[in-house]
Amino acid sequence: MTELNIIICVKQIPDPEAPLSDVSIDAENLEVVVDAPQVISPFDENALEAAIQLKEELDGKVTVLSMGKKLSDSVLRKALAAGADELILLEDNGFEKLDSHSTATVLAAAIKKIGSFDLVLAGRQAGDWDSGQVGLILGEMLGLPCISLAREITVEDGSVIVKKTVPEGYERVKAKLPALITVSNEVGELRYISRTRMLKMMRGGDIPAWTAEEIGVSDDAIEKMNIASLTTPPDMTRDCQFLEGSPDQQAAALVDVFVSLR
Amino acid sequence: MKEVLILGEVKDASLDPRILELLGAGKKLTEASGDKLSVLLMGDRVEDVAEAAASYGPDSVYKIEHPLLERFNADLWLAALEQACAEIKPSILLMSHSFIGMELGPRLAYRLDSRLTTDCIDLTIDSEDGRLLGTKPVSGGNAICVFKCAGQTQMVTVRGNVFPPAESGNAGGAIASINVTIDKSMSRLESLEIVEEDTVALDKANVVISGGAGLGDEDGFEMLEELAEALGKSFGSVMVGCSRMAVDKGWMSSDHQIGLTGTIIAPDIYVAVGISGAIQHLVGMVHSKKIIAINTDPSCNIFKVADYGIVEDFEQVVPALIKRLEEVL
Repeated sequence: MTELNIIICVKQIPDPEAPLSDVSIDAENLEVVVDAPQVISPFDENALEAAIQLKEELDGKVTVLSMGKKLSDSVLRKALAAGADELILLEDNGFEKLDSHSTATVLAAAIKKIGSFDLVLAGRQAGDWDSGQVGLILGEMLGLPCISLAREITVEDGSVIVKKTVPEGYERVKAKLPALITVSNEVGELRYISRTRMLKMMRGGDIPAWTAEEIGVSDDAIEKMNIASLTTPPDMTRDCQFLEGSPDQQAAALVDVFVSLR
Repeated sequence: MKEVLILGEVKDASLDPRILELLGAGKKLTEASGDKLSVLLMGDRVEDVAEAAASYGPDSVYKIEHPLLERFNADLWLAALEQACAEIKPSILLMSHSFIGMELGPRLAYRLDSRLTTDCIDLTIDSEDGRLLGTKPVSGGNAICVFKCAGQTQMVTVRGNVFPPAESGNAGGAIASINVTIDKSMSRLESLEIVEEDTVALDKANVVISGGAGLGDEDGFEMLEELAEALGKSFGSVMVGCSRMAVDKGWMSSDHQIGLTGTIIAPDIYVAVGISGAIQHLVGMVHSKKIIAINTDPSCNIFKVADYGIVEDFEQVVPALIKRLEEVL
């Protein structure tokens, strides 16, 4: 087999690790407002790491796709700095708050425009809406074998072998390429990227951005999420009783608590 | 008449407990609307399980029996489910947010040209247009969002341990077979092997002791295991879990993870050691009956949701705790 052509879909989201105090709800506009820097969604970073490892092992090309109304190419250039070869933005005023089906529609259209590929990777779910649907719907739209919750991916002789998480442990499954794989965190964290490398990528060339029209997605092919309401979660706080003293005294007090709960 | 259909899962040749929760959720919907409630079961042979399901009082139980459905295979189950839905034409389809539900849900939604809301913690019916509303936490638990379900078949996956399980009801419902046409060629994945790992049934433990980044390395978890053993003498099932940080660092396998993307639990006692309390972790344990936190940083979030707190290095306090427990309990 010649080179491996991998397309990976990543989502730009506000940092999901942002503390509660940085998050507010705009109930009127049905928006979660997060006062935190934008990042690549964590599971998508895992998928990116898996893609780059496959490329290093077998040679090939990693193309990163990201969709949104207004994307920050400085956030997404991180993918290039990590080792991806090409970044393509799918940017359009209509690409906002799309439902999973519509997001997959846009990605499928972009992938068809790209043409040939062996693997499409996506994170198992995005860190903002946690829906976990786009990857699998995309696989259906492209008519590909779908493998979910991958923790290890190997490619040989035109097939992909994946360790996927199942309730009993893991299952090794094999599928013919091309295939779609959703990736879980067990594949490992995205590699460390040095500041020098990051800065070099920031000064790199222009990043192509495709509009809905350029990939042939009409307005009536996409719909926004149908949100009825958005509210703050119920208060979770409790009155914490701190156990004071030396470690031995604290331990003794805690054992008293355990005894009372027995 | 409109029909609310539950996809029932079969576990070790018996009814998966989650299906009782789905029946509870389904009954809540159909009692209000007067719609029909039914359960669909798939497998090699599911007669006994179908009878067990019928005893909870759904209006009907459908079974799809086929040798190729003996073990879960997403492609084959999907094909069977697609055909069954074409025949039953449910207005609402409820699935567990389980491995099976997570894998089949999005793909089935595509095939039925429907839309799916995943991981719902509440289900209601819109009083104006009669559509199903699925409530789910979003933004790592920082917000609660209600989605209106679209499509002819309104589809949701339902989070476990949220809906109270149904109690047995009038076992008058009929059991009907549905025939499906499936063959091996529909499966595009070849299963090479299934490797069983010690499954960590964290959601069944009475007490869960969890470690996080604050443990510093994986050796810290050995100390938590010792603590679990000491507590096990008095509290029955005591298990060790962890935060996502501990998984990301490779200290624990992901099936130990408590939180939004791990297991969501509500044990009698939850002990968080060296866990700062990121929102996505809190979502997974905040409904525990009593929460105890040990952390060196008094300002961290975990103490905000705790009943009891100890501000101290765990390496100081946990050994003292084990020693004292062995003396007293």
